[in-house]
Amino acid sequence: MARDWADLVIVDAARSMLAPEPAAAAEATRRRRGMFTRLRENLRKTRQALGAEIQATLSGELDAESWERLEEALIYADVGARTTAQVVAELEREAAAGGLVGAEALSARLVELLAAIARTGDDRIDLRAKPTVILMAGVNGTGKTTTAGKLAHHLSREFGLRVVLAAADTFRAAAVEQLEVWAQRSGAQFVRGPDGTDPGSVAYDGVSAALDSGADVLIIDTAGRLHTQEDLMGELAKVRRVVAKQIPDAPHETLLTVDATTGQNGLRQAQIFAQAIEVSGLVLTKLDGTAKGGIALAIASDLGIPVKLIGIGERLDDLRPFDAEDFARALVQ
Amino acid sequence: MFETLSEKLQATLSDVRGHGTLTEADISAAMREIRLALLEADVNFQVVKSFTAAVRERALGADVIGQLNPGQQVVKIVNDELTALMGGEAQDLHFASRPPTVILMAGLQGSGKTTATAKLARYLREQHGSSVAVAACDVYRPAAVQQLIQVGQRAGAEVYEQGTEKSPVQIAAWARDRAQADGKDVLIVDTSGRLHVDEELMRELAEIRKAIRPDAVLLVVDAMTGQDAVQVADQFSQTVALDGVIVTKLDGDARGGAALSVKAVTGKPIMFASTGEKLDQFERFYPERMAQRILGMGDVLSLIEKASEAFDEQQARELERKFRRQEFDLDDFLEQMRQIRRMGPLQNLLSMIPGMGKELRGAKIDEREFDRIQAIILSMTPQERRHPELIKGSRRLRIARGSGTNVQAVKALIKQFEQMRKLMKVMASGKTPDLQALMRAAR
Repeated sequence: MARDWADLVIVDAARSMLAPEPAAAAEATRRRRGMFTRLRENLRKTRQALGAEIQATLSGELDAESWERLEEALIYADVGARTTAQVVAELEREAAAGGLVGAEALSARLVELLAAIARTGDDRIDLRAKPTVILMAGVNGTGKTTTAGKLAHHLSREFGLRVVLAAADTFRAAAVEQLEVWAQRSGAQFVRGPDGTDPGSVAYDGVSAALDSGADVLIIDTAGRLHTQEDLMGELAKVRRVVAKQIPDAPHETLLTVDATTGQNGLRQAQIFAQAIEVSGLVLTKLDGTAKGGIALAIASDLGIPVKLIGIGERLDDLRPFDAEDFARALVQ
Repeated sequence: MFETLSEKLQATLSDVRGHGTLTEADISAAMREIRLALLEADVNFQVVKSFTAAVRERALGADVIGQLNPGQQVVKIVNDELTALMGGEAQDLHFASRPPTVILMAGLQGSGKTTATAKLARYLREQHGSSVAVAACDVYRPAAVQQLIQVGQRAGAEVYEQGTEKSPVQIAAWARDRAQADGKDVLIVDTSGRLHVDEELMRELAEIRKAIRPDAVLLVVDAMTGQDAVQVADQFSQTVALDGVIVTKLDGDARGGAALSVKAVTGKPIMFASTGEKLDQFERFYPERMAQRILGMGDVLSLIEKASEAFDEQQARELERKFRRQEFDLDDFLEQMRQIRRMGPLQNLLSMIPGMGKELRGAKIDEREFDRIQAIILSMTPQERRHPELIKGSRRLRIARGSGTNVQAVKALIKQFEQMRKLMKVMASGKTPDLQALMRAAR
């Protein structure tokens, strides 16, 4: 069952009335299908279709070479050597035990195994705290600002929530202006500081503004940084502390954006960001290319961090809740 | 970059080194390790296959088995093949015979095109003395034009922009005419990030290319890219016929296997490496040095080049004269320290020295220590700087107070300086100094 925004976020009772009701369910289902089809279409846009490779491999006689080819197919999807070996070994074991016969059963089981890995931890976003503070972080160019903007749009449109966007990326040229455009598009309140201000002080102003105006959600955008830049990771931890000082449980959600084209370095990124700021979920962006985002599986498997949102295009609607089974299926079909 | 791959290959090959001769089983074991290491480094699996096949074939050949030191031979083969795969010689941009030389930048979203555009502008201005203009053709991403205006100006380039109303093709063509009219040497055209499967935007890129007839089309690739790098590179290459590649974000700990894949797929050279957020953290890409670095042989050549950029030759000669005559004083010391710091963070420099990689991985260099030393020297009178032996009791206390340090720090600095002078004396006399004895004395 594919997930919709109402499945992803938890809002209080009054708000959930605003969420799509059964009347709108048909429309939601239609949209969901459209999304799934698009995701799959996009993932299919590859000359060496992974699915065909797997089908061909699994329908023939299973020998050492078939398993190796299956491994290669998963490695090609950036799943990584370790997680790949783990999945293929399990499939091989079950096949040898005689439980799985035929390409269909094998690929169905493969989907199950992959989805089980992707499904980890608490994969919902709880918005009942008022205001709920969402901190965005990630490596340069992974799509933080865009995700922050689109998320603001969805939360206000789908749930009627009042959102504040705080531009704590005070480093990259014109990053503040970029977020401001998103604030205008989504009708969010916008908080910024003068150029080159300490990001912590922008976050502080953001929390104050959200408290003053009685906003429901505050989304704090931060500057992209490589996880290897210790001083910048320290700066990010400070932003988190500043927020926690004003609201004890905040940030309630810390989202790490990971570019779907990222290779095995994504694991290091997630690991180090998680150490610095307790990442609660991933946003897997740019899934509309030919990259399959298999690194998210490696991250889920090794670190237990769930994917919560995916980015499948440049339009406002192209930020979607993550669905483990859809993702796994799109990966191998 | 590449640290772990380097370690892995070294571990594998040190096993090979341990044997007298190579057996086929040895080679197979080494190849498995290399395969896994390269896959973990995000080298495309098809590239890995052909690479390991090539290494195996050469390793199994007569030039290895029976040789006195087969391990060294395998290291050499891996090095040769890695270098060959990455493109052999370093390649530079070709300038148009009649300016302006027009460079078109292309790549996926978030690969770092706008930053690379400004860095390349600065590089060409500094290294070739070119007058450079950059054109802002990313009309889609919010505030991208503002970003280029800011970083372009910082890079000392003139920024040609027409807002976001006109089409990128129109802006690019207009910028080309203007660069010609303004007598610019180089025009770099920044474009918006686009997916290689976005037919509409890829068509637009081809149209920009047609409109401005660039002398070079450069693909910007993120060093952290995974297996998909081959498709991206292939698609861009087919649409706009690439001339070269810029690899960005190489300052992270990504092993950068994508660089190898892209080279293998497009056959086009990797020309530049972007290694930090600052505009001057941008350099030529040297394939042979990168291969040596993967194998843990250090990147001495890059270090030497950096040093020669930062040091004025005249100053260097003057310094050498002082070394010989032993007139080297604390003022010279201060100046030398400043020049070294101009080369960039010490951490980066040390990582280029062979053998330092592993040892210094975790070590942190406290750059503030230099600030302290500088403060101490600046708190001395000119006479004290020339004759540090004058510094005793009350002078020491005054310097400590003036520099915000303490008497011990001042004492330690002067002691270190004296040790250094001794070392220079020995070196100037032409003898090889007993370094270990000196190190012991320094402690």
